[in-house]
Amino acid sequence: MSELATLQDKEDTRRHRLLALPAILIMIALGLIPLMIVVVYSLMAPGEYGGVVPKFSLEAYVSLIFQRDMFDDTLTFSPAYLEIYLRTAIFGVVTTVLCVLVGFPTAYFMATRPADKRNIWVLLLTIPFWSNLLVRTIAVMFIIRDEGLINTILLDLGVIDHPITLLYTNFAILLGLVYSFLPFMVLPIYASLEKFDFRLAEAGFDLYANRFQVLTQIIIPLAKPGIVTGSILVFVPAFGAYVTPLLLGGGSHLMIGDLIALQFGSSRNWPLGSAFSIVLMVIVMLALLFQLRRSGQVKHG
Amino acid sequence: MASFASTGKIDIKRQTGFGFIAVACLVALYLPILVVLVFSFNNAMSIGASWQGFSLRWYVTLMKNQGFFDSAILSIVVAVAATVMSTILGTMAALATTRVKRWRGQGATMLIITSPLIVPEIVSAVSLLAFFSFIAQAFGISFGILKIVLAHTSFCIPFAYLPIKARLEGMDVTLENAAADLYADRWKTFRYVTLPLLLPGISSGAALAFIVSFDDFTITQLIAGPGETTLPLFIWSRIRNIVTPELNAMCTVLLLVSIAFIILSFVLTKKKQD
Repeated sequence: MSELATLQDKEDTRRHRLLALPAILIMIALGLIPLMIVVVYSLMAPGEYGGVVPKFSLEAYVSLIFQRDMFDDTLTFSPAYLEIYLRTAIFGVVTTVLCVLVGFPTAYFMATRPADKRNIWVLLLTIPFWSNLLVRTIAVMFIIRDEGLINTILLDLGVIDHPITLLYTNFAILLGLVYSFLPFMVLPIYASLEKFDFRLAEAGFDLYANRFQVLTQIIIPLAKPGIVTGSILVFVPAFGAYVTPLLLGGGSHLMIGDLIALQFGSSRNWPLGSAFSIVLMVIVMLALLFQLRRSGQVKHG
Repeated sequence: MASFASTGKIDIKRQTGFGFIAVACLVALYLPILVVLVFSFNNAMSIGASWQGFSLRWYVTLMKNQGFFDSAILSIVVAVAATVMSTILGTMAALATTRVKRWRGQGATMLIITSPLIVPEIVSAVSLLAFFSFIAQAFGISFGILKIVLAHTSFCIPFAYLPIKARLEGMDVTLENAAADLYADRWKTFRYVTLPLLLPGISSGAALAFIVSFDDFTITQLIAGPGETTLPLFIWSRIRNIVTPELNAMCTVLLLVSIAFIILSFVLTKKKQD
């Protein structure tokens, strides 16, 4: 009898493997293999018109940090690319922090509404969550242009004489990033707060805690998994942002995503672009591991 | 303070200022979109912020724009193809990884299926570009529009897979057991019991896959060849040249399509709670 059951189990497992196989094959063919090609390309020499020359070279990684002199081949330290990584990291972190600061109160407010109103709030945040990023970024551009809504209103009110330059600044990029990814923060925090048992807050009040203490000592620690998930969902796309800085930074305020696309486009150094991508991937993976470890500590604690 | 709490008069859930931030957040999220939408009806020659009266003229102009139509049709064709493929593969994968006896490689399978969610889009974009150009060079095969469909299918799979998996996890096994007790074979149980129960999850996943494909800009922009212009790419090409509210009209159309599918998916997901 038990032998028959084991046989049945084996049969089931075989069936399940087969069922998952097509999806796995597609992901390997169009996810894993392309990524491997980028790794290999980053270790080759650039072709004259894009592409690569199949010859091993560490030049791409060397030029991340050094500049090679055209004549005597000497290497000098050149922080230009590192600065862009740093800028990108700062944008990513600041965006994430701002999203937490705005997103947490929003999610908390949503979670404390009556059940029927909560659904409406969730729908209202789900719509921008999935709406077209390009169109939403264009929309921000419309508002902050010199002839945009903000400047027009301020001019009409006589607050200013000439338009304030908002577009093509670091501020514009930051605004665009927060605007783009804020719903990614609100919804996970909401999900963790929705299940919150408010009798715990009541117990806190009974023990003479004030509102602020209840918030920081009870509610925020319990919402931490949502905050961690939200931070990942905001940081990863903000760090790899491409459209936002391209449109709102106007080409003069590059982030690493634009630099990568640039290497695969007009200036055509594919190995360098590949090396940029690998470094970007490594940083994102490290950030993920860091965040996951922190959320892991919550469970033990 | 304590006496308030014990009489239940105090609202323990209230935090000062949170309501204001929530409303401000909502206004900030919708204001730019609404401005684009409202100014698509502006009877003006330029996309400046002065209101010249209501008009449908830019929608009329848009209807006559052949480039807009061609790119919209390409977007729909690609999105439908990617949605069908990713939903079928996602359903199969969800069935294979949910409510089953754990099999070796199952964790790795789930990781690889959801990997597009953690790889930055620009990295996926350049790696697909490198991949297709490598194939074109090494084997002389050029996929044309098929490469866009294949790329979209791959990054749509997790979006189809996750809602279907969530639906399966919440499903009652007793109905399927009952079917088996009534001598339904495996296929009949799946066809007449599991599948109908799973349908809201599948539809919700398909709607998300459609939006994600229809809206994609970054990956499509890098791998698309000349003439393979989807709607987001068309809008992108017009940002710098068109300075009329026709651009607003285009953006509004694209936005309304996504919103329709978002609401569809939302309603279908909510159904599971009934």
